[in-house]
Amino acid sequence: MDFNDTPDQAKFRAKCKEWLDSNAKLKDAGKRLNVESNLEELIAKAKVWQKKKYDAGWAMLHWPKEYGGINATPIERIIWGQEESKYDVPGSIFEIGLGMCGPVMMQYASEEQKERYLPPMAEGKEIWCQLFSEPSAGSDVAGLRSKAVKDGDEWVINGQKVWTSGAHYSDYGILVVRHDPDLEKHKGLTFFFVDMKSPGITVKPIKQITGTAGSGAGFNEVYFDDVRIPDSQRLGEIGDGWKVAITTLMNERLAVGDAKGADVNEALSLAKDKDDFGQLMIKNQAVRDKLADWFCEANGLKYTKFRTMSALSKGEAPGPEASITKIVSANKLQAIGNFGIDSGDMAGMLIDEEDGMSSFQAAWLGAPGLRIAGGTDEILKNIIAERVLGLPQDPRADKGLPFKDIPSGK
Amino acid sequence: MNLDFSDDQKFLQDEARKFFDKEGGLTNTRKVMDESLSHDEALWGKVLELGWTGIRIPEEYDGLGLGHLELCVIAEEIGRALAPIPFSSSVYLFTETIIKYGSEEIKKNVLPKLVTGEIVGTYAVAEDMSAITESTLSCAVEGDSVTGAKIAVPDAELATHAVVLVKGTKGPELRLVDLNSDGVEISLQKNLDKSRSFYKVAFNNAQSSLLGDQGSGWESHVHIMDQAAVLFAFEQVGGSQQALDMAKEYAMERYAFGRQIGSYQAIKHKLADMYVAVTLAKSNCYYGAWALSSESSELPLAAATSRVSATKAFQLCAKENIQTHGGNGFTWEYDCHLFYKRSKVLSLNLGSEASWKEKLVSAMEKTNTLN
Repeated sequence: MDFNDTPDQAKFRAKCKEWLDSNAKLKDAGKRLNVESNLEELIAKAKVWQKKKYDAGWAMLHWPKEYGGINATPIERIIWGQEESKYDVPGSIFEIGLGMCGPVMMQYASEEQKERYLPPMAEGKEIWCQLFSEPSAGSDVAGLRSKAVKDGDEWVINGQKVWTSGAHYSDYGILVVRHDPDLEKHKGLTFFFVDMKSPGITVKPIKQITGTAGSGAGFNEVYFDDVRIPDSQRLGEIGDGWKVAITTLMNERLAVGDAKGADVNEALSLAKDKDDFGQLMIKNQAVRDKLADWFCEANGLKYTKFRTMSALSKGEAPGPEASITKIVSANKLQAIGNFGIDSGDMAGMLIDEEDGMSSFQAAWLGAPGLRIAGGTDEILKNIIAERVLGLPQDPRADKGLPFKDIPSGK
Repeated sequence: MNLDFSDDQKFLQDEARKFFDKEGGLTNTRKVMDESLSHDEALWGKVLELGWTGIRIPEEYDGLGLGHLELCVIAEEIGRALAPIPFSSSVYLFTETIIKYGSEEIKKNVLPKLVTGEIVGTYAVAEDMSAITESTLSCAVEGDSVTGAKIAVPDAELATHAVVLVKGTKGPELRLVDLNSDGVEISLQKNLDKSRSFYKVAFNNAQSSLLGDQGSGWESHVHIMDQAAVLFAFEQVGGSQQALDMAKEYAMERYAFGRQIGSYQAIKHKLADMYVAVTLAKSNCYYGAWALSSESSELPLAAATSRVSATKAFQLCAKENIQTHGGNGFTWEYDCHLFYKRSKVLSLNLGSEASWKEKLVSAMEKTNTLN
């Protein structure tokens, strides 16, 4: 038992470090980084960094060699991520493209399309988004209603997508729509990729409970109004849309991991510094009890990740343990945010005129979204129960029915 | 990155699991409960034959000379099987104290006999119904004579020797006492888990030998508790996992309103919560195992984290296992109560959850960079 790299991994890490050292600056501890208020500036910087990585072969490590990757192992991707995160570089706006859209294109697009679309995606010239969720299809995403009607060599798309990250600056998107409401729910879906600049597409940012459209990669509603997509941009057979979509969804649920924001360290610092009830908070037994619980959760997640990495490191398939990450971290974030706010007692709700929201306030306000995005707590618990523990699925009211006959509320 | 047990250690764990299954599993636990025995004599004999009491004892004292990690994997299986044997008292607590703090003479006399089972040890701390501190310690040593009383001492009837935490002239001391010597009186105390036995041990000028140094007994005691916390936590993880497995099996078999109860989200989400707790506890225990086996200075933090996390997991899984079983879970016939009771006793053995949370936060305060 140790936390060391194998010799191969150490070599790979050294290579990452060497390149990063000569191309980026280490983060300055204590300084807040990458806070770009201007979206254009953020995108421009991210594109420059992506191009730099692309030219040196670091842009899409996990892609197969034929598409310009190096077929990196999962542990190598983790090592790269660990090293890159130590440097002051722009956050990626390409993850959806490289992680979800790219692999789908590799599997289903024609040779010419792959040649046309994959390099600019990898290079950061073109940004991609994913158009799955709909106003009436969240957890039950296969219940989506956006329509595709065949018209000659084209499909005409009408409907609305929602919670699309980065739609407002994306060049292309992957899209799943319903081509036949007379078929069963999962059978009537077909998958496309679409030019986001097509006539009839309207992107509207979603104003979140934070009062803003979110930072950088904010969420959007995307309206389709008689949007025409050539049949050549269909990915997979007509009716195979769910099969194509499900692999990218699984990737998403794994990718949405640890909730970032106020953590147990911040709660501990606050408790060590701040008085409440006439004494330092840390002396209060109720505070100590909470700190212990949060540390057990944070530490448990850290070493759960280490266990997953250990399996990957040995070339083994990791166990299902990583499935707990988002449930635990998003709920912990909400609780810690709440704790920090409450420490201000009657005035805890006040927002500092100069500094703005505290990290606790930001955590509390953002956490409800994290408990929902990429699989709600409830869906994730269903997944643990059904896929990890092997419990049976709930009986379904929609089984075997044509989609149009499935009961639906609002 | 290699936060995992070795293939040999996993093999040992697998063998241990098969062993406890083959020897009767929970029927042994029930037998001890139903017949008011102190432990399962046959099972203990076989554990001795396997040499497990000597896992950590160096080869020069006839032990197997293995490390703490081997002990961790055995502990998990003991926890899963609710094995009614004095393993934790004699191995995690007594043997570890002798290895760490015994003089050469004591080691020579005691360690080989722990391997054969001629000596069985225990560890005596509690004196009243509250967490003991340096200043509340009342059982005292004068010269080498110990006087005072300890309660809730595990396995004291079977044990031949005990490590006793006492007040000395220069502060707390750890003392080795032969329980068959004059001035020692042992009486059974009733407890919630009849598959384990606890006793009052009264000392009246009982002869003893010093373990470690005078004046540093409290630090030694705390260190032994930290080490044992990791091992007890592995027992708790084993128990939690088994309780979760039982609940899962029942949820598949039991039908209500025409369907398996495991198809209801109320049950699924309960079991998912149990899985989350077990997974966190297990990962924390791996961290504990690493700190224990590498003699890391992080042991106090790692031990308390393993301990608190595993205590929470086992108590959650044990009570929700009963709940999942409905009325059946409240009967003597179903095994759920065995886990419920063991989860409570294990949560108290080294001090309550609250006392370990206190240790955890104290360790957090002392550590500059967490995670």
